[in-house]
Amino acid sequence: MPTETEITAGLSEIFAEVFGREIALIPALTAKDVPGWDSFKQIEIIMATEERWGMRFTTRDLDGLRCVGDLIAVVAAKGK
Amino acid sequence: MRHLPPPPPEFRARLAALPEDPRAAWDALTALATHALSPLQTNALDAALTARFPTPPAFAPAAPVRLALLGSATTEHLAPGLRVAALRRGIPLALWQPDYGQYQAALEGPDPALAEFAPQVVLLALDAHHLAREAASGSVDVLLDRLAGLWARARALGAVVIQQAALPVAPPLLGANEHRLADSPAAFLAAFNAALRARADAEGAHVLALDAEAAQAGLGAWYNPTYWHLAKQEIAPAAAPAYGELVGRLLGAIRGRSAKCLVLDLDNTLWGGVIGDDGMEGIVLGQGSAAGEAYVALQRHARGLAGRGVILAVCSKNDEAVAREPFASHPDMVLREADIACFVANWGPKPDNLRRIARELNIGLDALVFLDDNPMERDLVRRELPMVAVPETSDDPEQSIAALVGGGYFESLSITEEDRERTALYGANRAREALREQTTDLAGYLRGLEMRLIWRGFDAVGMARIVQLINKSNQFNLTTRRYTEEDVRAVMADPAAFGVQLRLLDRFGDNGVIAIVIGRVDAEGDCDIDTWLMSCRVLGRQVEPTTLNLLAARAAALGAKRLVGRYVPTKKNGMVKDHYAKLGFAPVGETPDGGSRSVLELAGFQPAETFIEVVEG
Repeated sequence: MPTETEITAGLSEIFAEVFGREIALIPALTAKDVPGWDSFKQIEIIMATEERWGMRFTTRDLDGLRCVGDLIAVVAAKGK
Repeated sequence: MRHLPPPPPEFRARLAALPEDPRAAWDALTALATHALSPLQTNALDAALTARFPTPPAFAPAAPVRLALLGSATTEHLAPGLRVAALRRGIPLALWQPDYGQYQAALEGPDPALAEFAPQVVLLALDAHHLAREAASGSVDVLLDRLAGLWARARALGAVVIQQAALPVAPPLLGANEHRLADSPAAFLAAFNAALRARADAEGAHVLALDAEAAQAGLGAWYNPTYWHLAKQEIAPAAAPAYGELVGRLLGAIRGRSAKCLVLDLDNTLWGGVIGDDGMEGIVLGQGSAAGEAYVALQRHARGLAGRGVILAVCSKNDEAVAREPFASHPDMVLREADIACFVANWGPKPDNLRRIARELNIGLDALVFLDDNPMERDLVRRELPMVAVPETSDDPEQSIAALVGGGYFESLSITEEDRERTALYGANRAREALREQTTDLAGYLRGLEMRLIWRGFDAVGMARIVQLINKSNQFNLTTRRYTEEDVRAVMADPAAFGVQLRLLDRFGDNGVIAIVIGRVDAEGDCDIDTWLMSCRVLGRQVEPTTLNLLAARAAALGAKRLVGRYVPTKKNGMVKDHYAKLGFAPVGETPDGGSRSVLELAGFQPAETFIEVVEG
């Protein structure tokens, strides 16, 4: 079961691959804060996150995503 | 995508550092595309591709394809996979998509932007939710009538049509006997998929068999309800590269870029063990072990491919006599020497032997698929001959079958009589070679063949073979113009044009339809030879001058005073550079790319005397 630190580190790698540059991840970060974070990139992030931790998000998981902190919480909850 | 090798660890770095030179950059992108890329890597490669080449480059190995992707739900996420799959086949892809869901309006208008785009291929990617909505209101036939109307509109724009089959996304309501429930969406989709095939064949549309793929890989590999509800993506974004690959195969087949020949290694590929060390009794093949049965299954698959026109060849590091022994006398061998059109067993490097196979079979290196369990050999061939397709496999024959199927290297849109007879055609060629060796002079050999050239105008019976030859002939092809069925029908309907199909028979058998000529006569009496192409397997038999005799007569019958021949150079047709000069045409101009125009006055034309009898039939 990954810790929050491990999840954040993993997400940092995913964001770097998706955006082609390093993104400093803080829990409060939202799509509005990152240039280029559109619905296409959003799906890339979700897909890569599912792949990395071998999990599948439900529609309810996805509806609850507002910021990076929510994503970390979903991965942590599903990884238990 | 497991038929492709894993991407190099420095994938991102190589994308970021593409060479300055456009051709080198294109080659680097193509090389990166030929790996098992993840969806994110596919998107990244596409971003680099579209940034570097916003419009298709003219120097690419294949002519660009303009594809209109017309969907009823979200399709934007499919674009990167489509462009990358086309790139893998050397095809630059220009893509046009309407606003969300506007497929019907786009075709019925037609949308001026679509008409201006002038699609060569229209892919109707209708999602199954949309199709199933018609379950309550109408029958499958009503739906197919509506689609056939759209196909006709697409064809009126000059496009070849691909209709996507429905993914079976609707959950069953009744159960295993779902078909008994009237207006069940699941049953409707199954009935639609079943009826689609015959209707598409009748209307000349091609099918993208998503249903068959879902049956193989499982629906979950293609469809994830979460993404449907989130973004109306029926094809899950994780499946987008595989979707692109499926469409890419069809585009390759439409453009005549499908492979023609499967080259097989022997030891630990076609049987278990090493024939030179283990001997006939020691190799693993046939009943007695699961592995032996699996090698038989691979051989059956190869013979099945041969039965529909794929040429088989052998490329093995062995003494030839030892390598041939199982083919001649192992009781469990499925493949026999007669199935192998070109058998090369020696200790030389495999790239050299692959070059030899391509040369002897008169096909391009990019028409070869090389199956070998040895990763060193695969790597060597990939580096030295990047145009040869080399599926990832191992000494596990099940993996070999999966890789051949997964690669779709031999994707074909039709099956002709010639395809079914191809192995026999190559067998007859060996008999011809034997005659040539017995005869001391060329004239004696040609006379001894007792050849007859049977010509016919274009007709419906010959349509499949005409279109196939026009789209796959690369070497003996003066202009390399590609024609769809629609285009061929237009030639048939044009009173000033003529199309001729030529079949060559000799004492060893029927070579099938081996040449196509299309001519068009203008008001000045010039007969432009729009297309002249020939199968390379009848080279050196005087078919060319005999065809000219026929062409001159046909043109004169339409009032032509001279023949105008054109050589349009491509990467592959260097062999016909001097074709018209050899036939007595006078050069009248050259183009900067090395092409030429030549003229033959019909007034003084003396038909060449050849050993071929010409018959209309």
